Amino acid sequence: MYEKYMIVPEKAKKNEKGFEIGVRLPYYRGVSLSMVEEIEVSLDGETLPQNAVNITVNDKTYNLEQRENETNDRWEMGDIATLSIETPDDLPEGEHTIGLKINLRIGYMPFPSIRVDEKKLIFH
Amino acid sequence: MSLNIKRAVSLYSYQEEFFLRKMSLEDCIAAAATTGATGIELVGEQSVPGCPKLPSDAFVDQWFGWMDKYKVTPVAHDMFLDYNKKKGHYWTDDEAVESFKQDIRFAHKLGFKIIRVIVNTTPQIIEKVLPFAEDHDIILGIEVHAPWNINSAWMAKHWEVMEKTGTKHFGFIPDMGGFTRRLPRVQIERMIRNGADPEIAKFVCEQHEKGIMAEYTIFEVSRMSNRRIDMAVAELSRHNTYVNPLSLVPHIDRIVHIHGKCLEMLEDYTEYSIPYKEVIDVLKKYGYNGYIATEYEGNRHIQDIYEVDSVEQVRRHQVMLERMINV
Repeated sequence: MYEKYMIVPEKAKKNEKGFEIGVRLPYYRGVSLSMVEEIEVSLDGETLPQNAVNITVNDKTYNLEQRENETNDRWEMGDIATLSIETPDDLPEGEHTIGLKINLRIGYMPFPSIRVDEKKLIFH
Repeated sequence: MSLNIKRAVSLYSYQEEFFLRKMSLEDCIAAAATTGATGIELVGEQSVPGCPKLPSDAFVDQWFGWMDKYKVTPVAHDMFLDYNKKKGHYWTDDEAVESFKQDIRFAHKLGFKIIRVIVNTTPQIIEKVLPFAEDHDIILGIEVHAPWNINSAWMAKHWEVMEKTGTKHFGFIPDMGGFTRRLPRVQIERMIRNGADPEIAKFVCEQHEKGIMAEYTIFEVSRMSNRRIDMAVAELSRHNTYVNPLSLVPHIDRIVHIHGKCLEMLEDYTEYSIPYKEVIDVLKKYGYNGYIATEYEGNRHIQDIYEVDSVEQVRRHQVMLERMINV
């Protein structure tokens, strides 16, 4: 569901600590941030640690622990969140393959709701 | 009260265009009204930012303004219970009831008379929340969605609550996906694009159409393949069920609303998988006069390679309903 819309290519760019990408929630309704069980980002095939990923929704930025505890602020359906990912080394400019896995905890589903996307993005 | 079945559209149907911001909430309402439907159903947490927090007065004014402008009525709001909202903590009944009450306040504020209750809601929660629903003149309906059917054990437990309390504010909301005679082509084709074996898919479709029990088909497929995707195809037969529409008859007075699920509306105004006419004939014969709300859900199966046209799919579904209801 909505896999191919997850990564928003136009929002990709380098920043001071690494890089950032735009991401849509792969679900048919909005959820509280606490229901986002996992956000896993890979860079050129290498999975980055989940605590290197911060998310910004509604102009507020959350690290992993803050996100897990945020039961009020919502990531609404179709809204483009910004993921900023810290990388150990400076990201070389140009094209990189970005993988994204989002796992949602949905109360009425007996199994985890996992969606993946992968896109080649240009970073400047 | 009208003797006829009434037509509504769930704005869930336009989720692809709404997600991509090609249609606004007002556009969705306008599109629904254009089909001749008179009722609006809403997944609040999809269409209204912040839901189930109460919308602002300005939003409420705008909402009723749209209802007037497009000559439609709020019919049903679809709620959820996020039992595991907080990692590592499962809601107590009191927490679930509090969340449910908030959806009742939300629905009441926007003029909805019915709440679609998500299927994981326990009968105990319903009993606890019923007086609050009655006070707000909201009718609750437990969604009877495949793989459940109206005679499933879980639904029997909910029926006991209806009987025990004698309430007029709790009933069933059957989803038409419970009458899936042929497996949805759009779903099968998507799974083949994702790597499922076409021969196994063909076998599963044939077994489903013959009425073979899904568990038997799943077992057969487990002997043909050890790939997860092939098992997922077999499991489609379990998650898309067919039961005789006559199963609704003993419960007809307890049916408060119906979800008109469709995954692929054809140009000839039939749904590929669901024998709508047979179900609607039963509903008419036994006097159902509530709403059927179009719930187009095919987008998720075709969006990987096709342009989704929810507006056209909903239009065809409404034309089909109109013709069947008024024959």
